[in-house]
Amino acid sequence: MITLKINGAAHQFDGDPDMPLLWYLRDVAGLTGSKFGCGMGLCGACTVHQDGVAIRSCVTPVRSAAGKEITTIEGLGDHPLHQAWAAENVAQCGYCQVGQIMQAASLLKTKPKPTDKDIDDAMAGNICRCGTYQRIRAAIKSAAKEHA
Amino acid sequence: MKTIDNFSRRTFLRQSFGAGAFVLGARFLPTAAMATLESAVFSPNVFVGIKSDGTVLIVASRSEMGTSSRTVVPLILADELEADWKRVKIEQAIGDAKYGSQDTDGSHSVRDFFPVMQECGASARTMLEQAAAKQWNVPASECKASFHQVIHTPSGKKLGYGELAAAAAKLPVPDKKQLVFKKKSEYRYIGKDFPIYDLADITHGKAIFGMDAKVDGMVYASVEHSPVLGGKIKSVDNKDALQVRGVSQTVVIPDFTPPHAFQALGGVAVIADNTWAAFQGRKKLKVSWDPGANASYTSSEYKKELQATARKPGKVVRNFGDVDKGFAGAAKTLEADYYVPLLAHAQMEPVAAVADFRDGKCTLWAPVQNPQAVQDTVAAATGIDKKDVICNVTLLGGGFGRKSKPDFCAEAAILSKQLGKPVKVVWSREDDTRFDYYHSVDAMYLKAGLDKGGKPVAWLQRSVFPSIDSTFAPNVKYAGTGELGMGLIDTPYDIANLRAENGEAVNHVRIGWMRSVANIYHAFAICSFADECAHAAGRDPKDYLLDLIGPPRIVDLKAQGTEYANMGPIETYPIDAGRLRKVIELAAEKAEWGKRKLPKGHALGIAAHRSFLSYIATVVEVAVGPDGKISIPRVDTAVDAGMIVNPDRVKSQFEGAAVFGASLALMGEITATNGKIDQGNFHNYPVARINEAPLVTHVHIVDSDAPPAGVGEPGVPPFAPALCNAIFAATGKRIRELPIGKQKLV
Repeated sequence: MITLKINGAAHQFDGDPDMPLLWYLRDVAGLTGSKFGCGMGLCGACTVHQDGVAIRSCVTPVRSAAGKEITTIEGLGDHPLHQAWAAENVAQCGYCQVGQIMQAASLLKTKPKPTDKDIDDAMAGNICRCGTYQRIRAAIKSAAKEHA
Repeated sequence: MKTIDNFSRRTFLRQSFGAGAFVLGARFLPTAAMATLESAVFSPNVFVGIKSDGTVLIVASRSEMGTSSRTVVPLILADELEADWKRVKIEQAIGDAKYGSQDTDGSHSVRDFFPVMQECGASARTMLEQAAAKQWNVPASECKASFHQVIHTPSGKKLGYGELAAAAAKLPVPDKKQLVFKKKSEYRYIGKDFPIYDLADITHGKAIFGMDAKVDGMVYASVEHSPVLGGKIKSVDNKDALQVRGVSQTVVIPDFTPPHAFQALGGVAVIADNTWAAFQGRKKLKVSWDPGANASYTSSEYKKELQATARKPGKVVRNFGDVDKGFAGAAKTLEADYYVPLLAHAQMEPVAAVADFRDGKCTLWAPVQNPQAVQDTVAAATGIDKKDVICNVTLLGGGFGRKSKPDFCAEAAILSKQLGKPVKVVWSREDDTRFDYYHSVDAMYLKAGLDKGGKPVAWLQRSVFPSIDSTFAPNVKYAGTGELGMGLIDTPYDIANLRAENGEAVNHVRIGWMRSVANIYHAFAICSFADECAHAAGRDPKDYLLDLIGPPRIVDLKAQGTEYANMGPIETYPIDAGRLRKVIELAAEKAEWGKRKLPKGHALGIAAHRSFLSYIATVVEVAVGPDGKISIPRVDTAVDAGMIVNPDRVKSQFEGAAVFGASLALMGEITATNGKIDQGNFHNYPVARINEAPLVTHVHIVDSDAPPAGVGEPGVPPFAPALCNAIFAATGKRIRELPIGKQKLV
């Protein structure tokens, strides 16, 4: 039996401990905000926070998440990035955006005033096939400004 | 396990409009759908309803895959209705011919549905005014609808839309001829920036995509397909697969019957109680295949065949003047071979679908661009009537054409029928990459004869590619008229002798349309070759391009004896050289072409292309480092897409098109060895990331009253040639083959 702490609530799981956290979240816990894109940690659509740091839930087995504080988009609450994303009208199809926001939230925690280079470094693991990158960049910068 | 049910069957199957709602049917639909509708006399085409609490319900009949059609098309209706957008609720239509075409493809949504939405909105508004007039016992001419209420102009009395709904419902629908449409100056929403309807749900993780659909009692399936198209199962060993925790069984899906069209590919499905278990079971499954004839296909060999064909005379598809005579008399001739490989859509959401087959009916929840094609496909796959297929359309995590092919829905339906319970089919990224309906590979040969001044007097362009038609018909060897009309026979150059040819090619993988389709390779080759001619003539590429296009005029292909499939009526949407010139001039002006001081290693390139009835010119600034590393600091794109409904969303489409264009130009390539696709995930089929994409794309929209034209796709074609032309300007290296990343620049 594994105990997972997700968005502040304890979840007991007696399934395969090798199951990636993403599939636990989506298929078992019903938290579908985190998305499946690649299954190899290559696209970032599945990004959640583990103890406040962005991780790829598609390559994180539930066993290694046990005992850690997991935060998904459902538990992020209203974040300045939400307003920034709305102000910049970032989303097109929207599928990757949760992962982008979770990644950006993690970035702003460590670098409240990110440079273009910081943004490139932090966000290069999150693919947006619709190509909303320039608005993502602008939204992160505007959220950083609001935050300061 | 906790039951999650984010799709209540009841909610999804109920009528969009509750009892007592004022429901209005549109009688006017795009011509393509007329035949279906005429036969269904009592099938109203429902797009708008008003509830007694004043909520305006608008049906989105087009799919949302990121182009904002779910917002923008209803917005047109809301504007004409004088509705308060905050009180509008959008309902997504199920697949039903009563909505006209729902095939969200070909950049059609706004241009086809603008008049439909206007008529629906104007009819409803007129009836609300009439209902108020009746209630007040005053002439209707004294009643004016304004922002969700009707006002009696002389007295100032007001009645809300909700209060009038029941009375309006009793009135006859006015004749279209009696409708008075709002003037452009009276538009409340059209022409203004508007956020998409689902924005908050998307950013908070509440939006439901196909991948998120879940119904009670559902099982999960992952399907092993033949690695070679058309391969047959020799044997299946599922022993180890069944040992995987959560896996319950395996099911064989029958082979497709050629042509494959949208049929399920066939294969072995692993059924489990969660997605991951199904994936794990797949890994343990041992299937032995008889690969069949397509095992002879290796893309590197195939490429040589296409290129050889491109060097031989082909089928003449456009002929103007006497090209051979023109070449003979030219002062100088140039020739070049161009090549674009197979490309995959790589939309962020791999395909997935939930199907629930019971009592002779099949209900689906799926991210699809064409729910009516789902009806046809599932009906054929399960032996039921089309009307018994209910296709609920979720949001699409990207589409780009992939999700207009509902093969994955057929898989879910076949499995649900066999298992007697709801089934969710989930494709892995590898499945999605290896079993795509690929954007076609193309080899082109171009030849130009220039006069002493460097202007072309003769021009030949020959394109060789397996046709999308091969997906739907056997023994296809030549391009379809649609593909020919995407950049091969509609080149609006002012050249006295011009010939276009199409060479023979046989397909070995599933070929399908992808964002801007055949325009990609045609524009790449032709716009690059135009730049080659400019340099050969020692001219500025922008000035040369304007001369090549010639004076503002309507290019009448029919008068030249060329049969041409325009993407709309040619009378409404002629090929207008003047509009193409204007976007070139605008893009060049905004990019400060020839004026901007650029750092070392930076240069500009330009390309222009008309597609989906829109005129686009793109200037790319490239930076080539001493190590040959490419970056794209800036893009300027000028757009004439006729009348624009939502400028911000139009800009977003062209920003996205630049990134899509950068992906295919810099790194996109699908290859095959012995019939098997070599790529599988983003490590070997990369797409542009934030640090590789253009840093900034400026979109410059031409203010136009011309009929609305396409927006989602036409930004893609000019990007790759503009980038390659910029690379030539920066390095002197001409890129004639994509992707650029395969080649050394220094």
